[in-house]
Amino acid sequence: MSTNVQQAAVQEILDGMKTMPGALLPILHEVQHTLGFIPADCVPAIAEALNLSRAEVHGVISFYHHFRSEPAGKHVVQICRAEACQAVGAKALEAHVQTSLDVSTGDTTADRNLTVEPVYCLGNCACGPSVQIGEDIYARVTPERFDALMADLDINGGAE
Amino acid sequence: MVTVYVPRDTTACALGADAVAAAIAAEAASRNIDIELVRNGSRGLFWLETLVEVETPAGRMAYGPVNASDVAGLFDAGFYEGKQDSTLSWGPTEDIPYLKNQLRVNFARAGIIDPLSIDAYKAHGGYAGLTCALAMEAQVIVDEVKASGLRGRGGAAFPAGIKWQTVLDTPSEQKYIVCNADEGDSGTFADRLLMEADPFQLIEGMTIAGLGVGATQGYIYLRSEYPKAHDVLKTALANAYGAGYLGSDIAGSGKRFDLEVRLGAGAYICGEETSLLDSLEGKRGLVRAKPPLPAIVGLFGKPTVINNVLTLATVSAIFEKGADFYKGLGTGRSLGTLPMQLAGNIKRGGIVELAFGSTLRELMEDFGGGTASGRPMKAVQVGGPLGAYLPESEWDIVLDYEAFAAAKAMLGHGGVVVFDDSVDMLEQARFAMEFCAVESCGKCTPCRIGSIRGVEVIDKIRGSDGDERQRDDNLILLEELCDTMEFGSLCAMGGLTPFPVRSAVKHFPEDFGA
Ligand SMILES: Cc1cc2nc3c(=O)[nH]c(=O)nc-3n(C[C@H](O)[C@H](O)[C@H](O)COP(=O)(O)O)c2cc1C
Ligand code: SF4
Ligand code: FES
Repeated sequence: MSTNVQQAAVQEILDGMKTMPGALLPILHEVQHTLGFIPADCVPAIAEALNLSRAEVHGVISFYHHFRSEPAGKHVVQICRAEACQAVGAKALEAHVQTSLDVSTGDTTADRNLTVEPVYCLGNCACGPSVQIGEDIYARVTPERFDALMADLDINGGAE
Repeated sequence: MVTVYVPRDTTACALGADAVAAAIAAEAASRNIDIELVRNGSRGLFWLETLVEVETPAGRMAYGPVNASDVAGLFDAGFYEGKQDSTLSWGPTEDIPYLKNQLRVNFARAGIIDPLSIDAYKAHGGYAGLTCALAMEAQVIVDEVKASGLRGRGGAAFPAGIKWQTVLDTPSEQKYIVCNADEGDSGTFADRLLMEADPFQLIEGMTIAGLGVGATQGYIYLRSEYPKAHDVLKTALANAYGAGYLGSDIAGSGKRFDLEVRLGAGAYICGEETSLLDSLEGKRGLVRAKPPLPAIVGLFGKPTVINNVLTLATVSAIFEKGADFYKGLGTGRSLGTLPMQLAGNIKRGGIVELAFGSTLRELMEDFGGGTASGRPMKAVQVGGPLGAYLPESEWDIVLDYEAFAAAKAMLGHGGVVVFDDSVDMLEQARFAMEFCAVESCGKCTPCRIGSIRGVEVIDKIRGSDGDERQRDDNLILLEELCDTMEFGSLCAMGGLTPFPVRSAVKHFPEDFGA
């Protein structure tokens, strides 16, 4: 997507949402939902629409783990790191993910197919380890199950 | 026509419920069996998910855990007629001991109804509480909440009625009701399940809160890690507006209450109430110093009730069944019921709602059935990442707020995370510090820097490798650091992180090289 198209999309979001009380987070969510990330060169427009400084907007984007300033890979894989999942092998799963995909948590694979991120609890703590791929959450994810999910991703709408 | 229920909550879907539902629909079509498929919430018996239920003249019959590959066999065994020939049969759902032995107030409707149907909600007692409240003066509403003994379910257990009174007594043109649906604690999912399985209970409770304190606008601050709860809430809110239960003329009373859901963005600290308010205002989630209390200077500077999901949802039950009913449950100053959440390495994980007063051991053994791995339990963390780790010698502790406080532990939001004997408690202590470092809002040094130092010191204890001097020196350093964090932090993030750390050192010294 070209910068112009991105900026037009952001402007449209701003026009629709800037008057709502406490608009910044909803706007950032909408921008990320639409563009996949929050491009740095859209920050000035957001700041201006909300009467904030660029530093303030940037400060908010960087404060929250959910917001990203760089595009992610084609699929985002989030691995739960919190205690209830630790109790059923989350650490071993994360290690397996890192070695099998050759990527460290927080990074994107070289082919830009997958971004692997940590997450602290998905509310599926009775049936961990928990993993989220895109919008879908998976329970009791053993390393074998993870490999099967990845194979599935390749077949059904995975890498081109 | 047979009614078949397949849950739609996050955990059921994470275990394949959508595929089960699709398989049931396909199988029924190919066998020419006329079924109505209802996607209910979940009963919270997550160990049995996907738990399929069939409506029969003898009540609802349960089958679980069902995988998509089991569906053809279930049809062969005549499950759609309620037959009990399958190995997955459990008989009447209500007779499953895990469910039967609970006392459900918040979760009375969960898994029974279609969460998006107002008619189903009303058929099961919903909106009866609002009808009562609409006939009451604001002060009477607040008095009723006080009389019920309801205390906040988000962690601090502050009496809800007293908070509401402060907001009622503070004059302002605009006041707000904010629901804390940030549920960040690992091992907790009661808020999530309530919102996914019975969202109108929360919507009704917030509406009553609005009437009670004179607030016309509410916000549900929902963590972004709960996409399914978000979808359910959005539809439920639209349905409530459509049916006239929200907006400018609630249930024809001429009174107004508007309600909106807002998403967090992956910050644990935004569960802390003042940080949450800053986040709702569109800022970084920095903790505010108190006073002023949010009840006086809250959202956008206005008087604000901020309560947990369960606290607000319970209000509907209190107005439906009466304050006396509610306070008749429980023990001492912990009244009513508490939905506990069994998580981690546990055979039968899920929601167990009980009146206060049973013991942790009963919960983990009678309901939980021991560990999932089959190995002995070693440690249990109750009350989320800031809660203490309890060894076996403390498992007879009574589930009530005061008993936990006396044991330097915390009941918090009711999460119980079980670990088997393969756990390394030094690693758990290290994680507590690491989590604090990742999630600190950064406002005060003991929390921001102390937690990073904490990780380093624990690494040195690990690295001491038989060098007793190095180990002991660093254990002393760790203790001093915990003191600094406990007494020098602005909020409970830095202030309580020492609890899991200290409890690990105290109860499991062998894991720290002793
Ligand atoms: C670090 C931290 C995280 C918290 N997270 C939550 C949370 O996720 N949900 C919640 O309801 N309360 C949370 N609380 C407690 C809130 O600050 C506050 O006490 C609560 O929202 C008040 O509602 P209640 O009285 O109904 O419990 C947290 C507190 C701290 C210090
Ligand atoms: S204790 Fe930590 S989270 Fe709490 S205000 Fe201080 S820095 Fe922020
Ligand atoms: S701890 Fe992993 S889902 Fe809650």
